[in-house]
Amino acid sequence: MHDTQYIQFFDGGHDPDVEILGGKCSSLVSLTAAGMPVPPGFAVTTNTYRMFVHESGLDATIHRLLDGLDPDDVRSVDSRSAAIREEMLLRPVPDELRGQAYLAYHDLMERCGGSVPVAVRSSATAEDLPEASFAGQQDTYLWVTGMDNVTDHIRQCWASLYTSRAITYRLKNGIQNDGLSMAVAVQKMVNAATSGVAITLHPGTGDRSKVTIDASYGVGEMVVSGQVTPDNIMLDKVMLTIVSERLGDKHAELVPDPGSRQLVEREVDEARRNRRCLTDAQVVEVAQMAKRAEKHYGCPQDIEFAFDADLPDGQNLLLLQSRPETVHSVKIPEQKSKPAVGSGFSFGNLSALAATASKAAGTLPGHQHTHPHD
Amino acid sequence: MTAQPIMKSFPKPSEISVPDGAQGWEDLYPYFLSFRNLSGSEDEKFWFCDSQHWPTVYKPFETIGGEFAVKCLGQYNTRHLMIPPANGIEFKIHMGYLYMSPIPVPEEQIPARVPEFERRAGHYFQNWDTLLEGWKVKVRATIAEMETLHFAPLPDMVPFDDIVQGVAKDGSEVLMENYDRLIQLCYQNGQYHFEFLNLGYLAYLDFFGFAKEAFPGIPDQAIAKMVQGVDMELFRPDDELKKLALLAIEMDLTAAFDNTDDVEATLAGVRALPGGEQWIEVYEEAKDPWFNFTVGNGFYGHDKYWIEHQDIPLGYIKDYIRRALDGHDIMRPVAELVAERDRITQEYRDLLDGEALAAFDAKRGLAATAYPYVENHNFYIEHWTMGVFWRKVRELGAVFAQAGFWQAPEDMLYLTRGEVRDALFDYVTAWAVGGEPTGPHYWPAEIERRRRIVDALSTQRPQPALNTPPAEITEPFTMMLYGITTEQVQQWLAADEQDDDAAITGMAASPGIVEGYARVITHADELSSVQEGEILVATITAPSWGPIFGKIKATVTDIGGMMSHAAIVCREYGLPAVTGTGKGSTTIETGQFIRVDGNSGRVEILEPTG
Repeated sequence: MHDTQYIQFFDGGHDPDVEILGGKCSSLVSLTAAGMPVPPGFAVTTNTYRMFVHESGLDATIHRLLDGLDPDDVRSVDSRSAAIREEMLLRPVPDELRGQAYLAYHDLMERCGGSVPVAVRSSATAEDLPEASFAGQQDTYLWVTGMDNVTDHIRQCWASLYTSRAITYRLKNGIQNDGLSMAVAVQKMVNAATSGVAITLHPGTGDRSKVTIDASYGVGEMVVSGQVTPDNIMLDKVMLTIVSERLGDKHAELVPDPGSRQLVEREVDEARRNRRCLTDAQVVEVAQMAKRAEKHYGCPQDIEFAFDADLPDGQNLLLLQSRPETVHSVKIPEQKSKPAVGSGFSFGNLSALAATASKAAGTLPGHQHTHPHD
Repeated sequence: MTAQPIMKSFPKPSEISVPDGAQGWEDLYPYFLSFRNLSGSEDEKFWFCDSQHWPTVYKPFETIGGEFAVKCLGQYNTRHLMIPPANGIEFKIHMGYLYMSPIPVPEEQIPARVPEFERRAGHYFQNWDTLLEGWKVKVRATIAEMETLHFAPLPDMVPFDDIVQGVAKDGSEVLMENYDRLIQLCYQNGQYHFEFLNLGYLAYLDFFGFAKEAFPGIPDQAIAKMVQGVDMELFRPDDELKKLALLAIEMDLTAAFDNTDDVEATLAGVRALPGGEQWIEVYEEAKDPWFNFTVGNGFYGHDKYWIEHQDIPLGYIKDYIRRALDGHDIMRPVAELVAERDRITQEYRDLLDGEALAAFDAKRGLAATAYPYVENHNFYIEHWTMGVFWRKVRELGAVFAQAGFWQAPEDMLYLTRGEVRDALFDYVTAWAVGGEPTGPHYWPAEIERRRRIVDALSTQRPQPALNTPPAEITEPFTMMLYGITTEQVQQWLAADEQDDDAAITGMAASPGIVEGYARVITHADELSSVQEGEILVATITAPSWGPIFGKIKATVTDIGGMMSHAAIVCREYGLPAVTGTGKGSTTIETGQFIRVDGNSGRVEILEPTG
């Protein structure tokens, strides 16, 4: 059995503790517990990282290298960052930890019915929290195969705590290095036919009656990092009908290459570019899943999803991530009309009623509101 | 600055060519109803065609429905309620079709109307339920009185009793009084018709405007679902048939429903079976009033009513029996509909708080109270009142036919209601003096001439609108009742130029996407041809087509908006619907494989050959 101090499977039934699991893993544990379709995997906990830096004496090294560092001295920051990360990749991992990770990986492979690629992602304790977004400052490694590669990438995730950017950020924001730790997610890789992100509100206005989806072909990293223009679809959250949509160019996709067993970027042909990458039914499925995530957390969510090409319809939509939507606060348009006491009818507003109704009728689906005299 | 686009226009009424054989059509109708451009303004104003209520050419007598309805709609805006932005709607007939032109209130007069409106509308909204109960009493009394009116040939001599009692009248005055009273009672329920209707729409519009502001882009159908009644009188006739079908199964009477075209034999067959009398009792109870239900829309003299054509309801019962025996659940999923309405309402509510939530609750509550009238009145007016009215009209027509004025009772529809009054006096005069009426020498040829004109007019579809549209349509009733919006008008104008046959678009009236074979229906008499699992494509549907909706997969109509009957019934049955496509029934052919997207309002022909 795995020592839950160091390893926790997403479906292990433990409390999603951010201090132990980091933001990403804790969210995956919580979503798995809520019955959401999260691909199987496990967390290498923050305790593992702590034991590693402690047992290996790395903590003292880091302390020494960062002592008195000037955040504006770019060259010093770069060289010390490189030194720390090199140590991180080289120092021996204690046997106990190594053994735990091996067992967990073995279990996961068995569960997936053989040797399958995994994604290795960092799961920082400060990342994904609404107040301080570290998003994008930690690493994700896709399509990793074999135990040796997996452990290498776990180390690289750890090392990403000490990139120049991260070091500078912490120095400038007065964040101490002492309590710093990181968990790592090792998760079955989804063979994504299509993937993307969905937000349970209108990102432009904060209108919470909408679900907005960005989706493109292949693995979702290209959408998340903005390398492709995805299809953009906005739905009414309650009715799950499409309110507006815009086809994106989707010129490239990240897909596994069977030969090299790696992800490769491939051009998307004209015909596939010119049609929406999700069917109507898939659009609704994604929105429903986003709604479930929002309901689970009780606040607007930003989810990552993928449709797995290896799974049958109805079971192929997978949830990769869900985090609170932090950019837009909840906003309801100001009410111009005040209800008349007792009747519920805004009589005074009636002179404006015609205009309102006209505007409303102009939003009928499929019609553009045009003014011939504009 | 870009150059201003040239304002596009619909044709002027005076410029549209008259179909061959329809010359002189203007004289079929009263002088004030036909477009004659006497004031000069008829060729200037914007008019739209109300093909939603009057999809086919009027026979002269039938203008009564349009005249009474649109006049009475107007009086409530203009004189009763003082609706701030909107007066009534002017109406005229062009080549047999009804055209309308809404009359806005001048901007500067609007503020002064607001307090009056608040006082008047407020009274209704605050006393809705009790006032509506009173309304039902008034309307039923009108119908009951209409039922007491009879039209019978005059006797050879005045009864002796009348002599003894000194009545001193020959009975012709009863014939004339009854005719006048019939028209008057039709007018009376015409006035009652709109006592609540405009308010129902207003409450709906108020909530609609609020929802569109709070949730920009909220689908119209979401708003409709939140206020729509579920257990409505309009669905009662259909529900009664379903109950009768299930009862027939339960009592083991299904063998009697082999040939429902023969009403007498079917009912006799039921009676002959054990327990049959009991079923007949339930059937008789359902008839009054629920069989006062038309397969048309109540505005035409040829509309068939169940109560006079019991083969129609019996056919539906037979069909329901078959479906129930096949294992289908034929009852409407009322509990699911209520649960879905509650879910939708709750999910939108959850997005609001504070004052906005209070406003949402108040406005939705009011709309949910007031809006069901918009549907339910249909049963009382279009079905029940008009069913009795047309029956009485035919009764009078038969008196004339017997006197040789014309052949069939329905021929009377080729006279205006004023001309019928004249013909009555012709008839009673000849009877009184013992001479010969002029009618039989005048009307048969004249009716044939008029019939040819009406037939010729019927060969031409009406223009959707006339003259230059305003830059924006703002009158709320025009938009709500008729779906006439700025966009709709622009679309009509654009359709002339680029007729893209592949895309048929309309209103996303009821959600869902299905594919299936089309069945194009242009007349209620063709309804029996609809097969299980087909997609109904029709010019317009009537609520009484209810039983059909249990059979089909989706509906496409040429005419009608979010609140058209097809839209409401489809939402009720959980079927996708696209309404107001303008050309669905003329573009799609029976047997074609089509795809109906009730979410986006698009219809596609997937396999053009049927």
